[in-house]
Order: sequence, then C-alpha cells, then structure tokens
Amino acid sequence: MATIVEWIAVVLALAGAIFCAISAFGLIRLPDVYLRSHAATKSAALGVLFVLIGAFIYFWVVDGIVNAKLLLAIVFVFLTSPVAGHLNGRAAYRSGVKLWKGSVRDDFKKVLEDGGKSAPDTVHEPEPPKRP
Amino acid sequence: MTTVFLSIALVILAIAVLGCAYRLIAGPSRSDRIAALDTIGINLLAMIAVFCMLLDTQALMEIILVIGILTFLGTTVMARYIERGSVIEDGDDR
Repeated sequence: MATIVEWIAVVLALAGAIFCAISAFGLIRLPDVYLRSHAATKSAALGVLFVLIGAFIYFWVVDGIVNAKLLLAIVFVFLTSPVAGHLNGRAAYRSGVKLWKGSVRDDFKKVLEDGGKSAPDTVHEPEPPKRP
Repeated sequence: MTTVFLSIALVILAIAVLGCAYRLIAGPSRSDRIAALDTIGINLLAMIAVFCMLLDTQALMEIILVIGILTFLGTTVMARYIERGSVIEDGDDR
C-alpha cells in the first residue's frame, strides 16, 4: 500500500516537472511579453503545485509526517503566482511594451484613454475582427 | 526505482531552468526578463522539493518557503520599479 502511494507521489512529481518544461518551452517560443507571461505564470504554477503535492503525499506516506511548511508553500505559490504575473503584465503595458501584431483586442487602452471612467466590466463587446 | 524517476524529474526541471535562462538573457524588454526570473525562482522551488524526496529529508522545507517569498517580493518590486520609476514613494501621491 505504501509503495503504491509512493509511486503516485513520484509520478505526480514527474508530471509537474513536465509541466514546468512545457512552460519554459512556451516562454521561449511565444511572440509577445503578454503571451509569454500567460505561459510563464499559469502552467509553471500548475507544475510546481503538482511537484509540491507529490512531495507532501510522499512525506505523509513514507515518514508519516504531515508537513505544515509544505502546505504553507502550496498555498503561497497558489496565491502569489497569478498576482505576480498580473503585476508584471500591467507594468509591461504601462511602460510601453508593444503588443504582438496578431493581437485583436486591447481593452486596457480604452480604460487608460478615458481616465478609467469605463471600468473593464462596462466595456461593451467590440465588433469581431474583420477576416480578410 | 523511484530514485530514477525523481532524477529524471530533476533533469527535466533543469532543462526548464535553462530555457528560462535563455529568455532572461535574450528577452527584448525588461518585463520579459522579470517573467523569466519569476519562472526560474518557481522552478528552483520545485527542484528543491524533488531534492527533498530524493534525499528523504525534511531539512530543506524552509528553503522552499523562503525561495517562494523572495521570488514574489522580487517580482513585485521590479514590476513596480518599471511601472513608476521608483520602489518606495513619498507620502503625498498614493
């Protein structure tokens, strides 16, 4: 029984490592800082959560210890990784990094132009882009 | 046998860190570099967790927490510096 759960923990760690590698691949290949932070924030956080949950299960089964520090790290990564990505994307936009030329929609530009009067939830749905 | 799988996971994570290091060096804007540094920190956290399982020790768990906190703080401070030009501002403007 303990061996099976140990194997589950190891496979979780391996799956998390593969998710991290995929996110690094997206960080290399995607064309734009916004798309790149899309890859870097979400899938890297998912991979790290897999690895940490695998380690938690491993120590729980093998040593019989519920490690509170590991639980705290899981919660902390889950909370702070999207926040850091959001801050970084907003800083990139406000410091003037251009969007990729294939981007079709830019809501934050409208909000910046009229001084924040149209909040993002009141922005109407724009016309769908014309396909040539 | 689990040792082999954990070593493979460690190698994959090292390759991921190398890819992020490429974006850290070659990134066209500063925000690319910040995103790459954030991802490197988070991958290091995962590497230390795998290393704990490999060595079967609990002694490195504090390092996981400290690296998580330092990565988040560093990303926040650098993004704020890029956005406003200063990290700690005077009291008048919010």
